[in-house]
Amino acid sequence: METVSREEFLICAISRLLCTPDICHVAVGAASPIPGAAALLAQATDNPQLRVSIIHGDTNNPFTDGGRELFDCAGQGRIDAFFLGGVQIDGAANINLVGLGKYPETTRRFPGSFGSAYMYFTVPNVFLFAHEHSARVLVPRVDFISAPGSSPDDVARKGGPKYLVSNLAIMEFDRAKKLFRLLSVAPGHSVEEVVEKTGFEIEIAPDVSTTSEPEVEQLELLKRKVAPSLARTYPAFTLRVFGINA
Amino acid sequence: MINSSIDNLISQIDDGALIALPAEYSFVPMDVVRGLIAAQAKDLHLLCVPIGGLATDMLIGARCIETLEAAAVSLGEAGAAPRFSEVVVNGEINMLDATCPAIHSSLQASEKGVPFMPLGGVIGSDLVVHRKDWQVIDDPLGKGNGRILLLPAIKPDFALFHAPLADRDGNVWVGKRRELFTMAHASAHSLVTVERIQNECLLDDDLYAAGTIPSMYITAIAEAKNGAWPLGLAGSYGRDNAAIAEYARAAKTQTGFEAWMQTHLAGKLKCDAGVGA
Repeated sequence: METVSREEFLICAISRLLCTPDICHVAVGAASPIPGAAALLAQATDNPQLRVSIIHGDTNNPFTDGGRELFDCAGQGRIDAFFLGGVQIDGAANINLVGLGKYPETTRRFPGSFGSAYMYFTVPNVFLFAHEHSARVLVPRVDFISAPGSSPDDVARKGGPKYLVSNLAIMEFDRAKKLFRLLSVAPGHSVEEVVEKTGFEIEIAPDVSTTSEPEVEQLELLKRKVAPSLARTYPAFTLRVFGINA
Repeated sequence: MINSSIDNLISQIDDGALIALPAEYSFVPMDVVRGLIAAQAKDLHLLCVPIGGLATDMLIGARCIETLEAAAVSLGEAGAAPRFSEVVVNGEINMLDATCPAIHSSLQASEKGVPFMPLGGVIGSDLVVHRKDWQVIDDPLGKGNGRILLLPAIKPDFALFHAPLADRDGNVWVGKRRELFTMAHASAHSLVTVERIQNECLLDDDLYAAGTIPSMYITAIAEAKNGAWPLGLAGSYGRDNAAIAEYARAAKTQTGFEAWMQTHLAGKLKCDAGVGA
């Protein structure tokens, strides 16, 4: 078998989490090639009814009512899953997309909060995605809360964090306890390593397992079916990871 | 005014004006942005609807911006917006961080002629702490929704965008890019560049009419071939990814940015002559 890239591993892992009856409509926001590929793969794998809406670009983008429609659609409860990243993510699932240091005098500035402060409240299954599993990304307390992980009772909220997926681990957020629980660890890594590289306290699931490697069928579908479709939204990513031109 | 010139559009935008620009997935008027830079526009208040990209970064690098309101600024696959990232850290512009639906809602308030608009979510974000013009209130109608955020109406002086097509009556076709309708409705003036102006009235054909902004919202239109370059115009031409990547590298420093801007303007002329992108 060919070597599996880090991106392929993540795409396949996220894709499996999306294959659940609770999720009928996945939306994918800005700058999210891995989640976008994962959603398309979930659709191609065994779920042709799964609706996948990628908001940027003209491919897999069903919206016809302008930039606001994604948010209105989420507010109406029509979107079941969405992805958010984080320059920092903390143990309470607060995410920071703005910058490091004390705002507004940040020491390093990142793009900004995008739609996170709304989507996190309206989409029931938000997948947090960390490009790097380290104590500098997974911090005790974010420097700026773009979107909070939970809300007091007097703030209407149907949505929130479901999973945190990184190159090392898959964790589930327990909304009652307000903490992450480690579900599985990437092959070749240990629970101890994950705990050490996570800058906040986590719970370890009693049945913590090893994250499954991509299946041959998944990889084949990914290259044959998903990549050509993804290339029209993320040409640079698709060229780099799959060697496919748009 | 139909068949205006880009110079004429630029001359209407006074220093200090509040201008609104669409996101890169929509129709960005890059020729107008280049024109503002060439005219050394100053102290502009730029509203990104709702996120900024190449145009925003260039206007920042050229010192045209005093206040920036955006949900994010990024060059997409080309990476971070280099001038934005540096200038914000240095505190050289007044940065109003927002979130996408807040900007859409503020424009919708102006569109409806009401002073503010409620929006769900957001409470608990530090955005609310820093945005002194936003306010959280208790649900005034007692619908059991708890606290809710109010956003002030934003009424731009100018909506600026590029479009594939206009007609001699001053109607502008933007298809499904409906955020441009909202921008035009909300703004005092809309200054528009288009790839082409046709003789037949767009409103006479229902297939076009549904995607057409009527002339009552449009102040002036100028023809601009490849007017979104190096960004794309969906349905007409794609992004010039090589040019954008080159910008992202060059603009990492202010000197590199300035050098790039000069060649870039020359590059646009080449593109218009059909040699480039």
